[in-house]
Amino acid sequence: MTALLSIRDLSARVEEKEILSGLSLDVPAGEVHAIMGPNGAGKSTLSYVLTGRPGYEVTSGTASLAGEDLLALEPNERAARGVFLSFQYPLEIPGVPALTFLRTALNAQRKARGEAEIAAPDFLRLVRAKAAALKIDFDMLKRALNVGFSGGEKKRMEILQMSVLEPKLAILDETDSGLDIDAMRIVAEGVNALRAPDRALLVITHYQRLLDYVQPDRVHVLAGGRIVASGGPELAHQLEAEGYDRYGSLAA
Amino acid sequence: MPAVRETAEQVLELERYKHGFITEVDQEFAPKGLTEATIRFISAKKDEPDWMLEWRLDAFRRWQALEEPRWARLEYPPIDYQDAYYYAAPKAKDGPASLDEVDPELLATYAKLGIPLKEQEVLAGVAGAPRYAVDAVFDSVSVVTTFKKELAAAGVIFCPISEAIREHPELVRKYLGSVVPVSDNYFACLNSAVFSDGSFVYVPPGVRCPMELSTYFRINAAESGQFERTLIIADKGAYVSYLEGCTAPMRDENQLHAAVVELVILEDAEIKYSTVQNWYPGDAEGRGGIYNFVTKRADCREDRAKVSWTQVETGSAITWKYPSCILRGNESAGEFYSIAITNNRQQADTGTKMIHLGANTRSRIISKGISAGRSTNTYRGLVSAHPKAKGARNFTQCDSLLIGKQCGAHTTPYIEARNASAHFEHEATTTRLSEDQLFYAMQRGLSQEEAVQLLVNGFVKDVLQELPMEFAVEAQKLVAISLEGSVG
Repeated sequence: MTALLSIRDLSARVEEKEILSGLSLDVPAGEVHAIMGPNGAGKSTLSYVLTGRPGYEVTSGTASLAGEDLLALEPNERAARGVFLSFQYPLEIPGVPALTFLRTALNAQRKARGEAEIAAPDFLRLVRAKAAALKIDFDMLKRALNVGFSGGEKKRMEILQMSVLEPKLAILDETDSGLDIDAMRIVAEGVNALRAPDRALLVITHYQRLLDYVQPDRVHVLAGGRIVASGGPELAHQLEAEGYDRYGSLAA
Repeated sequence: MPAVRETAEQVLELERYKHGFITEVDQEFAPKGLTEATIRFISAKKDEPDWMLEWRLDAFRRWQALEEPRWARLEYPPIDYQDAYYYAAPKAKDGPASLDEVDPELLATYAKLGIPLKEQEVLAGVAGAPRYAVDAVFDSVSVVTTFKKELAAAGVIFCPISEAIREHPELVRKYLGSVVPVSDNYFACLNSAVFSDGSFVYVPPGVRCPMELSTYFRINAAESGQFERTLIIADKGAYVSYLEGCTAPMRDENQLHAAVVELVILEDAEIKYSTVQNWYPGDAEGRGGIYNFVTKRADCREDRAKVSWTQVETGSAITWKYPSCILRGNESAGEFYSIAITNNRQQADTGTKMIHLGANTRSRIISKGISAGRSTNTYRGLVSAHPKAKGARNFTQCDSLLIGKQCGAHTTPYIEARNASAHFEHEATTTRLSEDQLFYAMQRGLSQEEAVQLLVNGFVKDVLQELPMEFAVEAQKLVAISLEGSVG
């Protein structure tokens, strides 16, 4: 059986500079994989290439979700197929209440999948429950999305969107950065609640600490634009103790 | 065939006979050009009293001495005022027989606006469709009769201005031209000479108008043409909310619109005036489209009078429009909320004037300009406090949003404080629609169009919420339609 997410020999560049160089990776459904690596290794680039951000040009290789070519799709089509990215730096959307944003997104995805729009009461019930679990004050959702929110609030808002949209593949880009220990615990619980047999999670992180709360099934080291080492959870601890130096030559 | 063109061709036929000027009032048009005879024709056609004709002729003489203003940031070829029709009752005797014969692009726009089929027929001028029921856009139960009865019971006069000139001359003579003097500016002066029709509203002392008044049905019924004249008077303690405009794009062939709107607000009275302007903007290359030169002014003539202008301007090739407030009464207040959107080759030079004359007068300006395509969008505003306007206060917020790299946004605020106790605040921002925000929204599942729409609606939210509910919903859709294809 093929993995839910399957990446083969993927190379990509940003403004003429090659960032990914023949990256291959498989993430089966039901598993959590961590991507670790030094700064500038291409971790965020990988997340943007998979989600189709303009300016990130794929030069060779393939990436597929459940056998379907992801790279041929528009960003919103990928989202409707179940690709979700929790942004390292979530954007502020002035004048658009978080609730409106979320409902518009959910309905756009449902429409693209040929499903009926969610009724307003059902939507509110759903969001109320998910927000409570993430200790997000419901009134905050009536405010413009992320405008004036703290770093931790923004990250929790990303996880809330993820839990409402219920993606097949969730990519978490440095979700732990800027979080204090309490916020980290809440976010980690939110992420763990999303573990499911039909879902894959790709956790991109520089440090081990989020992985203390979100146990990965596999850990991959990304350096020099490709996966240079893979292992079990113990690899994360090893990296924490030894640093990325040993991969330095590979990254050059 | 568009009605106006049809009329024009009929006139051409007639001109071959060289019979000179036609004076019979049963004609549906005046010959091309603007002379005293044209004005006499219009006045006769409207069965006007002599004082009205004299008023028009006086305006015409003054207009001839005026020069067209050129200070706006607008570029257009010179207008030949003699090469236009000033009165054409464009009564399409043979409108399309059914919607099948109507321009499909127009129908697609109606469909996007969510206008029911029956109303689409009315808007498109399909033969046999009721000629007044467009107000059903607001209220599918009502038609004019019930509506008029209720207004009459409250003592509110709401009628075409041509009717008011005949039926209520004492009110018209007292107030017409008292806010926008005949020779106020070139276009207002032209309007004074040739105005075809428009609305008249009088709300008596202490009366709160029982419903929102709308010009929808009447303008469509009368097809009153290019030179509308509106006069609204709120007597002491009265209140009225007035909605103007057309949320369906009329594919008007007329090039020049020069309307005048005068609002008179007496002690403790309030007028709320909302406009959604969606005239034909021309095609993507800037061919065709309406030149919209409008003078709108409110006079808060007595103490504690209040006026609020809200406008959503998405149409016209050229918009030249500065709804203004003269805050004469002490503690009177003026508000201006504006959304101006330009796309393709459109040009808008719009804003407001807040003239503080009385003590403790207050004003507030919220302007949101959006430019896309190769358009130009200018906010031009004046806030002034005269020596007697002790304690005058103004707050101005001007925000511009650029979509794409070939459009322009300009902000030209004029501030004159002639007494030391005036307190004026001005805030302005210019931002480009961020590609990062677009990507963020698209990553969540929104198409590019939906993402633009959501972000733009967020940008204009402060103004949209000032519109009456029915208008706000339609305005929101209009915003989306007018920006279609502006990204990518």
